[in-house]
Amino acid sequence: MTNATLSRRSALKAGIGGVAASALAAPAVHGQPRTTIRCGFWDHWVPAGNGALRELCAAWGQRERVDVQVDFITSVGRQNELTIAAQAQSKSGHDILSFPTWFPAAYADQLVPMDDVMGRLAAKYGAVTQAAEYLAKRDGKWVAVPAVSGTQMKPCLGRIDLLKQHAGFDPREMWPAADRAGPGADGWNWDAFLAAAEKCHAAGVPFGLPMGSFSDAVDWVGALFASFGANMLDERGRPTVSGNQKLRAAVEYMARLARFLPNDVWAWDDASNNRAIQGGRSALIFNPPSAWAVARRDNMAGHDQQWTFPMPSGPEGRFTPYLPYFWGIWNFSRNVGPSKALIEFLSERESADKQTTISNGYDIPPFASMNDFAVWQNEGPPTGVVYNYPIKPHHNARTSVAFAPAPPEIAVQAYTQGLNTGLIARIAQGGQTVDQALGWAERELRNFARG
Amino acid sequence: MAPDGTARPALSTRPAIKGRSPGVSSLERLARRRSSIAFLMTLPLILVIAGLVAYPAAWAIYLSTLNRRMTANIGFENYLILLDSETFRMIIWQSCFFALTAVFLKALIGFWLAHMLHNIPTKGQRKWRGMLLIPWVIPPALSTLGWWWMFDPSYSSINWIINVFGFPSIPWLGTPWWARIAVITVNVWYGAPFFMIMYLAALKSVPEQLYEAAAIDGATSWQRLRFITLPMMQNIISITVLFSLIVTFANYDIVRVLTNGGPRDTTHLFATYAFQVGILSANLPRGAAVSLFMLPILAVAAYFILRGVTRRTKEIA
Repeated sequence: MTNATLSRRSALKAGIGGVAASALAAPAVHGQPRTTIRCGFWDHWVPAGNGALRELCAAWGQRERVDVQVDFITSVGRQNELTIAAQAQSKSGHDILSFPTWFPAAYADQLVPMDDVMGRLAAKYGAVTQAAEYLAKRDGKWVAVPAVSGTQMKPCLGRIDLLKQHAGFDPREMWPAADRAGPGADGWNWDAFLAAAEKCHAAGVPFGLPMGSFSDAVDWVGALFASFGANMLDERGRPTVSGNQKLRAAVEYMARLARFLPNDVWAWDDASNNRAIQGGRSALIFNPPSAWAVARRDNMAGHDQQWTFPMPSGPEGRFTPYLPYFWGIWNFSRNVGPSKALIEFLSERESADKQTTISNGYDIPPFASMNDFAVWQNEGPPTGVVYNYPIKPHHNARTSVAFAPAPPEIAVQAYTQGLNTGLIARIAQGGQTVDQALGWAERELRNFARG
Repeated sequence: MAPDGTARPALSTRPAIKGRSPGVSSLERLARRRSSIAFLMTLPLILVIAGLVAYPAAWAIYLSTLNRRMTANIGFENYLILLDSETFRMIIWQSCFFALTAVFLKALIGFWLAHMLHNIPTKGQRKWRGMLLIPWVIPPALSTLGWWWMFDPSYSSINWIINVFGFPSIPWLGTPWWARIAVITVNVWYGAPFFMIMYLAALKSVPEQLYEAAAIDGATSWQRLRFITLPMMQNIISITVLFSLIVTFANYDIVRVLTNGGPRDTTHLFATYAFQVGILSANLPRGAAVSLFMLPILAVAAYFILRGVTRRTKEIA
C-alpha cells in the first residue's frame, strides 16, 4: 500500500477525466450515431414518393451508424428554389440538397465536386444521359449527381380511344409495351403529328399543349426545336437566330400547329394539360405519368385508355423533354464524406428501383442501363401504360433541355422567361411576322449573355 | 439642488470651467443631456431600422453592381442591360399602368363606399363595414387563388355564367389586355376596403357645423363635396394614395398566382420580374437591379405627395 495522499486538485482532475472519457466513449460503446447529415429533398408530387427516400436514408443511416435527418421541401410556390438561394447566401443549412434543373450550374462555385462518386457509378452502370451531364458538369467537373427522385420526362400521353377514333392511329399498336416499334412507328414524325392535331382539333378534342412560360410548355417546344436542329444559342451563349433556316422552319411549323391547339393554351400552367386529358377534353398531351396516376387514383373516366409513347421525330432526330433533379453537397457542409456515401447509395440500382417503383414509375434514373425496371412493365391499367415512358433503345431518342447547348447560366434566363413559347405567341397570338418575332428573340438573347 | 440644476452641490474649490458643472464627470453630463437620453431611448428602433431596412437596402444596392456570378463589380451595367431589354421597358410601363390604374380605381371605389357607409345609421353601419372589409383581411394569396378559379382558362366560372346568357367566353388570362384587366380587378377588389376605412375615418372627422353653415348658404351637395369634404380629407387622401402606391407597385402575389407574368410577359411587375430574374434564373445581382428600379419612381411620388401634405398642414396651423 502506498502512502500517497489524494489532494483535492487530483480528485477533481480524475473526476473530470472520467466523465469526459465516458461521455466520449458512450456513443461508440452503445453503437449510437456520431454524425448527423441533414438532407433537404424535393417533396414528391406522388403521395408515397417521399416514403422511398425516407426508408432508404433510414436503412443507410442504421447501417453506417449515421443519423440522417430528412426534410422534404415543396416546389409549390418555388419554396425549394428560395431555400437554395437563402442557404447559398447564408452559407448554412442542409448538407445534401435537391437541386432543380438549372441550379447545380448556378451554384457550382458552392458545391462539392462529385467526380469520384460519378466515376464509381458510371463504372457500374454506364454513362448517364447527355442532358444530365450538360446540366451538372461545370468546367469538366460534376458539381452534383443526377437524382432519381423527382427526375421526369415528358413524352406523349395520349388517349387510345380518341386517337383511334379521330386521328386514325392506335398508339398502343404503334408503340407497344415491348422492346420493339409497332407498325407506323417509323412515320411518327412532326408532320404526322400535325395531321393528327388537325383532326383531333376538328373533332373537339384538340391536343393539350401548353404555350405559356411554365416548364411543361418550354420543355416540349424546346424538344421540338431540338428535333428540327433549331438552336437559339450556341455553346458559348451567342444567339444563333439570324439567318438560322432550321430555326425558321421550326417556328413556321409551330405557327401552323398553334392553329389546332385550344385557344386558351397561352395561359395554361403545368396542371392545365393534366386536367385537359383527365377531363376527356384533349386526346394527347406531353407529360410524365402523373396525369395518368391521378386519373387512376380518382377513377376518372378514360384513365384506362391512356398510353405513354415517344415524341414525334424531326429532321434532326427524336428528342424527349427532360426535367431532372440533382443531389448536391454544399461546400460549407461538415459531413462531405458521409454525404457523398449517402448520395452514392441512393443512386445505386436497388435504391433507384425502389424510388421508381414507389413513385408509380414517375422517377427516372439518369443511367440508361436502369430503364428496364419492372414497374414500367407492370403498371396499369392498361398494363404497360408507362412502358415507353423512359427512353428505350428502339425509340432512337435523346433527352432534351430547352436552350441547350448554351452555358446553363445563360440558357436558364431564356428558359424561365419562356423565350421559345413567347416567340411563337408573338406570331400566333400577337400578329407579328416571323422576322419581327425572331428579331425580338435575338435582342433578348443578346442581353442574357451580358453582365 | 444646485443652481445649475444638478443634484449634487459643487464641492470642489477649483474654479469651474466655463460651461461645465464642477464635480460632475463628463459621463454624467452626457447622461443628463436631454438629447442623449432621447438618443438612448430611440436606439433600439434605430438598430431595428438599421438591421432590417438600411442594411438590406445597402446590400441590395451593392448586389446590383455585381456581375452574374458575383465575382466582380460592374458598376451600373445591370441597369443599362435592363434598359436595353424590350421586355423590361414594357415591364416599367406595365408596372406604372398597373399601379396608377389600380390606385385610382381603389381610391374612387373606396371614396364612394365610404360615403355610402357614412350615410347609413350607426347601428347598421358596423355590419356593412365588417362585410366590406372582408376582401382586405383575407390573405391575398388565398383570395387570388379563388379569383384564379373564376378566371381559369378552361373552366372559368365567370365564363360559365357569361355563356349562360349566350355570350362567348372571355380569355381572361390568355390575352394581354384581358390579363391586365384581370390582375387590376383583383388588386382593386383587395385594396378598395383599405381606402374605404381610411376615408370613412376622415369623413367622420369633418365638423358637422361646416355642412350646416353651407346648407344655410344654400350650397348644393356637389359644392359641399367640392369645397368642404375634399379639402378636409385632402391630407388623408394623399397619405392613403402614397401608401397604396408603394404597396401596389411592389405587388407580387396577385400576378404570381393569376398569370405568372404572362401572356408574353405583359402582366409582369417589378417584383415578379425581379423574382424571375433573381431567384429562378439565379441572377441575384440583376434581380436586385430590377427591384431597385421601383425606388426612384416611388421616391419622386413620395416627395411630391408628402410636400403637399406638409404645406397643407402648415396652412391649417
